[in-house]
Amino acid sequence: MLKNLCQKMFGRSLWVYHANSGGCNGCDIEVLTVLTPYYDVERFGIKLVGSPRHADVMLCQGPAMHSTAKALRRAYEAMPSPKLVFAIGSCACGGGIWHDSYSVMGPVEKVVPVNFYIPGCPPRPEAIIYGVAVAVGLVDKKTAPVQFKQLALPIPRYHPGDLRGEGELVVYEKVEKI
Amino acid sequence: MSLLSKLKETLVCLKAGRVTLPYPARSRPVPPNFRGRPIFDAAKCIGCAGCANNCPAHEILVFDVCQEVRILKYLGRRCTYCGRCADVCPEKAITMSLEFETGTDRIGDLQQRLDLFMSTCQRCGRCFKEPSLLEQLQQKGYRFDDLQNERWVFRSQSYLEGEPAADDITIELD
Repeated sequence: MLKNLCQKMFGRSLWVYHANSGGCNGCDIEVLTVLTPYYDVERFGIKLVGSPRHADVMLCQGPAMHSTAKALRRAYEAMPSPKLVFAIGSCACGGGIWHDSYSVMGPVEKVVPVNFYIPGCPPRPEAIIYGVAVAVGLVDKKTAPVQFKQLALPIPRYHPGDLRGEGELVVYEKVEKI
Repeated sequence: MSLLSKLKETLVCLKAGRVTLPYPARSRPVPPNFRGRPIFDAAKCIGCAGCANNCPAHEILVFDVCQEVRILKYLGRRCTYCGRCADVCPEKAITMSLEFETGTDRIGDLQQRLDLFMSTCQRCGRCFKEPSLLEQLQQKGYRFDDLQNERWVFRSQSYLEGEPAADDITIELD
């Protein structure tokens, strides 16, 4: 549903607003690299704007901090609806290595609702383009949760009940499985 | 003068050619020694939790369900791809892959969860050999990280209350 809405609403061009709520500037530099002619996201119509009132998308970098959470919330509320929020970098996605620090509230999704996540520290410019391309429906996402469950203990357990006598020998019944 | 400089500029622009990468249409190889998403190999993992204790973001969580089963959960959301888990892993069960295209709309897509059977001492259920260099880094005992709230909890205890999963051994408590 979100994908259909995105393609309908944001089919032509995305104007992005670039909000840093306390990051280290690594992700900012990567976002600015994306806007250079080498990566050139203007071929998808993506343009950096200076005000949240002109923007469709907010690119959040850095964790939500106690000092900047209010300003981030105000910038989000200033954006006209429909709006998307991209969390770029590990700090915005999950709080980064400062997730339990005293001045950090955690990921930006504690302050604003996040639609797309681009992890990385910092993410490569290609990764940012890929995340945006996933959002506008150009490519499919490649990640899926992985769960591995061992169903049986790989080594048979030693148990005295499995011992049986064969003449003089005492044979362990599960010995062939070892 | 102005016409000449404009002609010069045209020449320079023509010589430069096109530099823009056709990125999402065509993939671009990453440089060597690139550290992407860590991939956990459950067949090799022995569940020592050395990766969890060395992770600077505390994002590999360990939870001991009972004496035999240990859950190792990699969240992926706050991973900084530093590669310390792959460095410290004694079995080389973690590889830093070249995978970087991890943009997603659900943050749960990034997590990897291993439910591991811990092989215990057949006599007492939990025997340990002398501490190696790796084990001196580890937090010992059974651990109780908060899987629901995705928090690292600094707490361990030497034995677990309740029943073991397999009931064919009696656990000697100290």
